[in-house]
Amino acid sequence: MILVVEQILNGAQFGLTLFLLAAGLTLIFGIMGVVHLAHGSLYMLGAYAGAMVMTMTSSFLLAILAALSFSFILGLAIEYLMMRRLCARDHLVHVLATFGLVLFFNGLVAFGVGRAPVFMNGPQELNGFVLIMQDLPYPLYRLVVMGVGLVVALLLWWMMAHTRLGMLIRAGSLQREMVAALGVNIDQLFLIVFALGALLAGLAGVMIGPIRSVQIGMGEQVLILTFVVIVVGGIGSIRGAFIGALLVGMSDTLGRAFAPSLLKLWLSHSQADAMGSALSSILVYVVMAIVLIVRPRGLCPIEE
Amino acid sequence: MRFKTLLMAGAALAAFSAPSFAEVKIGFITTLSTPGGYLGEDARDGFLLAVEEEGGKLGGVPVKVLVEDDQLKPANGKQIAEKWLESEKVKLFTGVIFSNVALAVAPTILEAGGIYVSPNAGPSQYAGKGCDKNYYVTSWQNDTLHESAGALANKLGYKRMVLLAPNYPAGKDALTGFKRMFRGEVVEEMYTNLDQTDFAAEIARVRAAKPDAVFQFHPGGQGIAFLKQWAQSGLKDQIPMVVASPSLEQKIVASVGDAALGIKGTSHWNGDLDNETNKAFVKAFVSKYHREPTVYASQGYDDAKLIGAGLKGAGETLDNEAFRKAMLKADVKLTRGSFAFNNNQHPIEDWYEIGAVKDADGKVSLHSFGKVLEHQADAYASACELK
Amino acid sequence: MKREGWGTCLVWGCFILLPFIAQAMGSMYIVTLATRIAILAMVALSLDLLVGWSGLVSFGHAAYFGLGGYVVAISSFHEQDGTTLFGFAGSHEALIVWPLAILVSAIFASVIGVLSLRTRGVYFIMITLAFAQMLYYFFVALKIYGGDDGLALPARNVIAGYKITDARLYYFLCLGLLACVWWGLGRVVHARFGYVLRGAKISERRMKALGFDVNLYHLTAFVISGALAGLGGALWVNLDRFVAPDMLSWTRSGNFLVMIILGGSGTLLGPVVGAALYIILETKLAALSDYWQIVFGPLVIAVALFLPRGLWAYVRERLS
Repeated sequence: MILVVEQILNGAQFGLTLFLLAAGLTLIFGIMGVVHLAHGSLYMLGAYAGAMVMTMTSSFLLAILAALSFSFILGLAIEYLMMRRLCARDHLVHVLATFGLVLFFNGLVAFGVGRAPVFMNGPQELNGFVLIMQDLPYPLYRLVVMGVGLVVALLLWWMMAHTRLGMLIRAGSLQREMVAALGVNIDQLFLIVFALGALLAGLAGVMIGPIRSVQIGMGEQVLILTFVVIVVGGIGSIRGAFIGALLVGMSDTLGRAFAPSLLKLWLSHSQADAMGSALSSILVYVVMAIVLIVRPRGLCPIEE
Repeated sequence: MRFKTLLMAGAALAAFSAPSFAEVKIGFITTLSTPGGYLGEDARDGFLLAVEEEGGKLGGVPVKVLVEDDQLKPANGKQIAEKWLESEKVKLFTGVIFSNVALAVAPTILEAGGIYVSPNAGPSQYAGKGCDKNYYVTSWQNDTLHESAGALANKLGYKRMVLLAPNYPAGKDALTGFKRMFRGEVVEEMYTNLDQTDFAAEIARVRAAKPDAVFQFHPGGQGIAFLKQWAQSGLKDQIPMVVASPSLEQKIVASVGDAALGIKGTSHWNGDLDNETNKAFVKAFVSKYHREPTVYASQGYDDAKLIGAGLKGAGETLDNEAFRKAMLKADVKLTRGSFAFNNNQHPIEDWYEIGAVKDADGKVSLHSFGKVLEHQADAYASACELK
Repeated sequence: MKREGWGTCLVWGCFILLPFIAQAMGSMYIVTLATRIAILAMVALSLDLLVGWSGLVSFGHAAYFGLGGYVVAISSFHEQDGTTLFGFAGSHEALIVWPLAILVSAIFASVIGVLSLRTRGVYFIMITLAFAQMLYYFFVALKIYGGDDGLALPARNVIAGYKITDARLYYFLCLGLLACVWWGLGRVVHARFGYVLRGAKISERRMKALGFDVNLYHLTAFVISGALAGLGGALWVNLDRFVAPDMLSWTRSGNFLVMIILGGSGTLLGPVVGAALYIILETKLAALSDYWQIVFGPLVIAVALFLPRGLWAYVRERLS
């Protein structure tokens, strides 16, 4: 019982972290129509920025601020210098250009920081655990990560439903030319959306830093799951990103946790574990394939 | 058009790289990227330090070390070996850190009549029946590394344990080796993924199993992640942990800090081992690279020294038999102290208990606490037909 | 037109003369490298049938490449091992195993194609990716065939009992097959089949209105492309005598797309030139520095921004 509760919490934590990434990516994808492979790199760079500031100052708050501002500024720069010119082109060119960006950032970090994973401590105050149930101390920090994810979800919902920016984003993802024709500066809108997405990615990175290791390639690992999330949820939909993220996070974690045990009834330990983790990975893609076949536009598509 | 120009340029480059000195080329294929990358970096740096100390030579023979990254992919390692065998005419290879890569690289080299010396990976496949007179291991045989941890677990009186390792040859060797020595009951055995960095699911399963102690083998970045998450889960103070050196080496300790305190480990080498060669090595390494050497750096250094012994006997022509004769004598001082080659050309050496200790100035570092095993040979040597 | 012919002759000329130049320089490794280029060019060409000519961006092409490779490896494994797989005892004979690889890839391509072609645009990209990932993890889980660590082949396949150990001979075999694929695809895209695909790329609705079953054409293209990638996989595994799940990884699918774009999609020699460029650049730059990605990345971005129709298209334009 304890195991199940703990795994559900783990799944939720993973899902909410995915949400931070997916929310930004779904907006970028939805409103700008750009296939953005470098989103994972922004996650990685946010984590590195946070890790380095944390090592230097031992202040988690400063680390978060550093990661957020660094990602935001980087997002602005990338949009202005590169993405702008890609908007009119087809998906293939986006893939190529953002792929090049991924290579560049990976090489840059390897050169500037080194290939060894970087250490990042969480804040001392959050190092303890909370007694969720009897016999179940759960890391406080992971609960905080979940909390941050929920707060961001609420903020985004509020922004989309109750601010002018949100309204423009929703309109822009449906009818770009119309919005431009109405006199809205589409270029500026895109700039803000992209930078916001980058900011969220950086936030995810710096929050995850203390849990996992900060390393080159951490972006690619999580990027593909992020794409799965936004496709399952519906491109351009924050609500879809939220539901999709939880769905993916849960199935991945619960699958990895329980599939091996199930398989150990028939197979050797090594085989059961290998197959179990592979099955849970496959499960995520099976879910996505089913969703796409049944609901080709995702679970919560933006209404036309 | 451009293709042709590139081709011409390539031809010119290739022509210029033809060797003009009678030096022995050593192919150093190692992992430099991925979270396991610093293992390769350290091994390389230790190796190159030894070469530099002898002024570009090993055992009196001038050497040229070619280094390339296998990216922890067996296919890449194989391709690099083939490339160097064909285009650079390299005959002596070393450097591979990970066993899965070694199992793809070694056959390629041995089939071509080359010599492979392993500074880290010691898969069981080559320790018993599969032993080869051109294949040497200068670090340890994979199982033995973990047998030492099993011996320590016995010494500390643990009866029920949970074991974890990644699902690749060295991971399997780890659990096999541990179980060979450990006399208690294995409550659960878990295999993780080699590229996994979030162990929340596995840690939850450990919690549910309630063992006396835990043994885990996760090298490099995985090791860092595991210890951090272990500390965060609250289990660190409830369930003791026993590990082998790849899971408690200097870099891991430096990265996780307090999360390493209280964890017991074993190793064939530590920075504080009291012999002249080691003291000089640590000093030289720190002064050249501005960081503390990990066990991998010491292995790279010892590897170079042993290759030097072999080259001293073989000379520039690199005759396999002469190399073998000189190499197996191992007439050279190493950082780990006592060392000899067994008949299967794997090491016979001592194992120490190590642990992380917080110094007066708050710095956490590794100290050794006496021997756990002495002159330990590996379990497969008798199956090897070499003399 | 005449000038364009010069370009084609140049590219093929380079390919044919290469082993002789390599021999003169005393480096057989260049031949191995060129064989790699030839095989990857074949796969890139097959993918371009979908991407360039039909406008269907598949991000899961590596799946068929890997499937073909695994068919060869598994056949070899069982031949060596003596065990059977569903009654199949394994084989070293290329004339049995290579067509088998093509067949298996084609079957998977038809199933995946039927399911994926229900979507379009970015959803198509994602679903093709999803299926490739499923197959990737499937092979990772198969510990019997090595799983993540891969499987080595004891020897190259024999062709009608004849062993090809000479690197140059194998190179010419792959080059010959590449030439056949290039010629065959050329015939296909300049026939009605190709025109329907091109028309559907511009406006699917219009083609449907004209009475063409566009879906069937797309599916056929998908299967052909998958089958040819399977052949490429079989050749690749024979070259390296090693197979690993990362033949099916999404980054490899991405690499194929990059090759197509670098060279020029929608042309016949574009993917070939793109494959050559990619491999040469990657090899040469990696040899220069451990941090070659810092240069390669921006290079790729520059091509995307300034030469979006690919290098070969650009060169062709300059020639004519």
